[in-house]
Amino acid sequence: MKALQILIDGFAISSLYGLGAIGFTLIFGVSGVLNLSHGAIMVTAAVIAWAAAGSLHLGPYLGALCGVLASLAMSFATYLLVVRPIQGSTRIPREEKEIFVLTGTLLWGIMIQEAIAYAFTSNPKTVLPLIPGVIYILGVRTPMQEILTAVVSWAAIGLLWLLVNRTRRGKVLLAASINPRGLTILGFELGDIHLFVWGLYGVLAGLAGVLLGAFLGVSSDNVGTLTASAFSIVVLGGLGSVTGSLVGAYVVGYLETITAYVVSPSIRTIPVLLLLVLVVYLRPQGLLGRR
Amino acid sequence: MKSFAIPVLAALLLALLPFGVSGYVLGLLTLAYYFGVFAMSWDLLFGFAGEVNFGPSFLVGLGAYTAALLNHYQNWPIPVCVICGALVAVLGGLALAVPALRLSGPYFGLVTLVAVLLLQNALVLFAGITGGEIGLDIPDIISIDESTNYWTALGFMTVSGLILFGLSRSPVGLILQASGQDAIQAAALGFNVTRHKLAAFCVSALFSGLAGAMLIFYMGTASPGTVVDIGVGVQVIIAAVMGGRRTILGAALGAIFLIVAGELLRPLGEISTFIVSAVALLVILFFPGGFLGAALHRGER
Repeated sequence: MKALQILIDGFAISSLYGLGAIGFTLIFGVSGVLNLSHGAIMVTAAVIAWAAAGSLHLGPYLGALCGVLASLAMSFATYLLVVRPIQGSTRIPREEKEIFVLTGTLLWGIMIQEAIAYAFTSNPKTVLPLIPGVIYILGVRTPMQEILTAVVSWAAIGLLWLLVNRTRRGKVLLAASINPRGLTILGFELGDIHLFVWGLYGVLAGLAGVLLGAFLGVSSDNVGTLTASAFSIVVLGGLGSVTGSLVGAYVVGYLETITAYVVSPSIRTIPVLLLLVLVVYLRPQGLLGRR
Repeated sequence: MKSFAIPVLAALLLALLPFGVSGYVLGLLTLAYYFGVFAMSWDLLFGFAGEVNFGPSFLVGLGAYTAALLNHYQNWPIPVCVICGALVAVLGGLALAVPALRLSGPYFGLVTLVAVLLLQNALVLFAGITGGEIGLDIPDIISIDESTNYWTALGFMTVSGLILFGLSRSPVGLILQASGQDAIQAAALGFNVTRHKLAAFCVSALFSGLAGAMLIFYMGTASPGTVVDIGVGVQVIIAAVMGGRRTILGAALGAIFLIVAGELLRPLGEISTFIVSAVALLVILFFPGGFLGAALHRGER
C-alpha cells in the first residue's frame, strides 16, 4: 500500500521535476548558460496563473495560459536584458563571462522574487486545479491533478523530443549544442537560435511552474530551492544531456519521496544532497553526461 | 605613493567616527566590516585562484558555529573559541579544495552550494544542540560598548585587508593569478599549482572563519539566517563583484555599500532588496570592473 503510494506520488513529482529541469539543461546545452533565475521564472508562472484564475476570474485554463505567457515574457526578458548584454560586452574578459552570467541571472532572480513578494505577498499560493476530483488507483487515493501533472509533463517532453529530432528548426538546435561555430559558418544566425531556445525554455518553465503551483502550491520564498533543485537534477544527470536530466529527475523525485514516507519528511532533501556530492566526486560529468 | 594615501586616510577617518556619529551608525558599520572580511576572503579565492565559491557562508558558518558551540557548552574564553572556529573553517576549506582541484566551473560551484545546504540541514536536524533555525545564544560578547566593538571590527578588517592585499600583490599572489587563469601554463612554468591553490583555500577559509566567529561574539547569537544561509553567501559574492574583482580592497568597499544601502532602504520594506539587487545588476552590466575597477581604470588613463 505504502509502496504503491510512493510509486504514484514519486512518479508525479518526478515528471514535474523533469519538466522543470529539461528547459534548464536545454539552455545550457545550446548556449552554455546556467540560468540562476530559473526558480523565479517558474514562480512567476504559478503566481500569475493564480492571480489570473482567481482575482481576474478567468478560470483555471485561461489562468494557466496567462501563467505560461508570463513565463515566456520573463524568459525573453532574462535573455535580452541580462544574458545577451553580458555575453556581448567587450569589457568583460571571455573567461569571466560565466561568473558574470551566473551573478547577473542570480540578481535578476532575486529582483523577480522581491517584485512578486511586493505585488502578491510571499504567502503560499495554490493554483486552481485544472481537473478537480480524486480517483482511487488500486485503493490509493490520487488527486486527478496529480495524474494530469504527469500526463502534461510527459506530453511536453514528448513534443520537445519530436521538435528536436524531427523538425528542421529542432535539428538546428541540436547542431548548435554540438558545434556552434560550424553552424555560424553554414550561415545560421546564432542569436536567433538562442532566442528560440529561450522561447522554448519559457514555455517549459511556465508549464512546470503552473503545474507545481496546482500540485504543491508555491510562494516567492521557494525561488532559491527551485533553482537549486533544477541545478542538482541537471548536474546529477549530466549537464546539457536531456535524457540525463530526466533520469536525474526520477532519481531525485523517488529518493525524496521514499525518504519522506519511510524516514521523515524533515530530512527529505538530505539523501539527494549526499548522492549529489558522491556523483560529483566519482563521476563529475554526471550519470549520462559527455565531457 | 599616491594610491597608498587614500586607503590610509580613509582608515584614519573611519577610526575617528565614534567621536562623531551615533551608536546606530557604528553598529551598522561594525556589521559591514565583518562582511567586508567575508568578501575580501572570497575575492582571494575567486579573483586570484579563479575558483567560483558559491558557498562562502559554508566557511563563515563553520567558524561561527564552532566558536558558538564551544562558548555555549564549554564556556571557553572568546579568543580560544575564535581560533578554534578559524581552524575548523580551515579544515572546511581543505574539504572544499579537494573537489576544486579535480572539478571545474559549474561542478565545483555546485559542490560548494551543496556544502552550504548540508551544513544548514545538519544545524536544523540537530536543533537540540545547535538551536536550529532560531539559533544559539552566546554567553560572552566582545563588549557592550559600541565604540569598542566598532574599533575591534575596524581593526580586524584593516589587518585582514592588509594581509590579504599584501598576499595578492606578492609573488605568491601572482602565481595564484596565473594558476587561476591558465593552470596548465602555470604548471609548465614550473609553479606548483596544487600547493598554491590549497594555500589560497586555507587563507580564504582562515579569514572567513575568523570573521564569522568574531561576528557572532559581536551579535551575541549564532543563527543559520545570519551566518549560514545561502542568502548570506549571495550577499558576499555580490559585494565582492560590485566592489571590483581582483582588488581585495574593493570587496570591502562593496560590502560596506551593500550593508549601508540595505539599511537606508529598509523603510521601503520588501522593495528595498529589489532596489539593491537592481543597482548591483546595473553595476555588473555597465561597470564590470566594479567600483574600484572603474576608479582605477580612470586613474590609468
